[in-house]
Amino acid sequence: MTEQVFDAALALLVMGVGAWSMMAGRITSAVIIFIVYGLLLSLVWVRIAAIDVALTEAAIGSGATGMLLIAAAYKTGRESGARETVSGSLHVIAVLLASSVALGLASLAFVLPGEPVSLAGDVLRSLPDSGLGNPVAGVLFVYRSFDTLLEKIVLLVALLGVWSLGSDRDWGGIPGLKPFAQKHSVLVLLARTLPPIGLTYAIYMTWVGADVPGGAFQGGTVLAAMWVLVMLAGVRQIPRLSSPALRAAIVAGPVVFLAIGFLGFVSPGQFLAYPQGFAKPLIVAMEIALTLSIGVILGLLSAGPSNGKDAR
Amino acid sequence: MMPLQSLAAAAPTPDGYLLVLAIILPATAIVALVGLGGRGAAGIVLATLAAQLIIAIRVLSLVWQSGAPVVYVIGGWDPPLGIALRADGISAVMMLTSAVIFSAAAAFAWKDYRPPRWSPETRGSLVFWSALLAMASALNTLFTSADLFNLYVALELLTFAAIPVVSLKGSAETLRAALRYLIFAVFGSMLYLLGIVLLYGAYGTLDVSSLAELIRPNAATLVAAALVTVGLLAKTALFPFHLWLPPAHAGAPAAGSAVLSALVVKGSLFLLMRLWFDTFPSLRDPAAMQILAALGAAAVIVGSVMAIRQARLKLLVAYSTVAQIGYMFFVFTLVPVLPGESWIAASAWTGGWLQIVSHAFAKAAMFLAAGLVAEALGHDRIRDLAGLGKQLPLIVLTFAMSGISLMGLPPSGGFSAKFMLLVAATAEGHWLWATVIIGGGLLAGIYIFGVLARMLAAMPDGTAVAEIGRGRQLITFALAGVALLLGFLPLEPMALLQIGRMP
Repeated sequence: MTEQVFDAALALLVMGVGAWSMMAGRITSAVIIFIVYGLLLSLVWVRIAAIDVALTEAAIGSGATGMLLIAAAYKTGRESGARETVSGSLHVIAVLLASSVALGLASLAFVLPGEPVSLAGDVLRSLPDSGLGNPVAGVLFVYRSFDTLLEKIVLLVALLGVWSLGSDRDWGGIPGLKPFAQKHSVLVLLARTLPPIGLTYAIYMTWVGADVPGGAFQGGTVLAAMWVLVMLAGVRQIPRLSSPALRAAIVAGPVVFLAIGFLGFVSPGQFLAYPQGFAKPLIVAMEIALTLSIGVILGLLSAGPSNGKDAR
Repeated sequence: MMPLQSLAAAAPTPDGYLLVLAIILPATAIVALVGLGGRGAAGIVLATLAAQLIIAIRVLSLVWQSGAPVVYVIGGWDPPLGIALRADGISAVMMLTSAVIFSAAAAFAWKDYRPPRWSPETRGSLVFWSALLAMASALNTLFTSADLFNLYVALELLTFAAIPVVSLKGSAETLRAALRYLIFAVFGSMLYLLGIVLLYGAYGTLDVSSLAELIRPNAATLVAAALVTVGLLAKTALFPFHLWLPPAHAGAPAAGSAVLSALVVKGSLFLLMRLWFDTFPSLRDPAAMQILAALGAAAVIVGSVMAIRQARLKLLVAYSTVAQIGYMFFVFTLVPVLPGESWIAASAWTGGWLQIVSHAFAKAAMFLAAGLVAEALGHDRIRDLAGLGKQLPLIVLTFAMSGISLMGLPPSGGFSAKFMLLVAATAEGHWLWATVIIGGGLLAGIYIFGVLARMLAAMPDGTAVAEIGRGRQLITFALAGVALLLGFLPLEPMALLQIGRMP
């Protein structure tokens, strides 16, 4: 009974907050409400037992996206003068568009024929061979590791795309993220105290990812959040994008992943197959390297291209 | 729980590892380029492109000789749990086409984006070469993957590699074009993803060959097919989703434009054809296929008319791509719904693929030629092209040769393709589409001859023409030559293109 009441309240809250974000007068307020919306949505994912999705929703859907939206709202607001408010007709269009997307998606649930079919049963059946306990990790690093590998290349290419927005002269310099450097501010305090906790948490997330929800992407996102905090507060200098150490951190994950992939050709004979009995240690090694790379890449995606100060 | 399908179709073949290498070698090269900060970049790029070419030739000869697809099961996990790669006749042909055009574009771009040998990288060199290799990897995945989600990842890789190429020059104009491209492409990706989520929800598999057996024309499947199709049309820039293409393809550096127009739009088109002919053949309602053909016809007319109206050469060439993509959609209606042993259907199928391949070579040549023209004159205003015929005859000849193929004059790949489509259209009584195929050729004639007439006009006084090296002229000429040589293939259905098709 309490569960149903909780679910109903959560559902109403999600819809209410969603409507609120569309009706907000200022763009920055709309974005902040959207971040709250994302966090509530991740609670919904928890309620339907999709913990990995909930973690991703909170980290990427709410956290990373929210940060990018705030930056965009801030930049466009600054460039167009004081016009940071949303006009009435735009509210109507947003409501209509969002409602039709929501109704369209909801109606798709009714077109699916019969009882749901999925590969979940087969995933669980073959999981023990790999030594993993988390079926999501099994999909990401055993059955469909090829997708995961290519996605890391996508991430790398996306980073190059962001870097390419800088000018030729500034290439390899320090990213244009402006430190919010005020001595004795709360931000500086947080940037000095939170990272040790965040780092521990990121390591924990990655480490347990093999058996329970978590893993390289979630751990990497926490790592990125800590780094962005440090960069924003100006507590540590942002490294040059040409720095060899930074480049090594960026490619560490893909290099380990590819190396293990090619190792599969040697033993047991297929690309991305793990030698008998070595699946779990290899996957954990891969996840550790990937956590570092994902954290660094997400942080750098937020930091943007180099802006010319201190280039090479 | 539905029982899992037994998958004889996915039995791996001994040389299947070549397909993994075709995807993973360029990906590894990108990691090396970024990690080493430009050190040894020239060697890495050259070795990877050479390997691409060797692998593509080897895969084509394997498919040709055995008459069966080359298959690899990644990690040893059979579909639907794992992912299989499968190269049939059309995959092998497209892999080779793309490997050849990538090599030509790379050779052309060597002068401007020469990777520094042992010095730190520059913005242009790292972004250009990484994007080129990422596009090669993504296209090989699109040509060979048999898994709908893996294909989604490939589409994403292709998009994120193509966009930085569009804005590589870094002007406000190209940034705007890149942003517009991004919005269209991401819209397309979302619809595609939504469609495959529905298919997975309905059938519990993402494997292309097992889906083909399971698929039923129910509401979920039809909605999924519609979403996937619209998503891929947005990426292929079929009318009315073509608005992003002209500024994007015209704004990129010449070698980038060549690859974008010749190959990148074909990636999503390939997937669309793979899905409609191999995965959902049972859904091919003739009326729905007529809609695709009608959009294709509209693309031919609108693209050609817009090309005629352009004042700048690169934009003209880009609009010509919008028009030429249109022809490829006649295949959807000309290959009949019930795949019989009909000679007409096979002829339309061959005509469609010949159009894709010969357009790839002709358009790559034309964009590179347009790039050389712009470099020689310092502008690409069609009005002021006079005198080029005397100064740079080889470039004008190349432009004319690729134009012959685009117009569909014999002997050229474009002629054979359009002729076979035309024969199929008249034999099946599609008079309207037959008229558009002929009319499109006439319209192409207007914009091609318009440009040639200006190029061959007498030289006005005081025109300065910059020196253009012979090497790049010859590369461009060779590509146009391939487009013409394709016209010497016999005018009949090619058995190679039928190998491994799932009936």
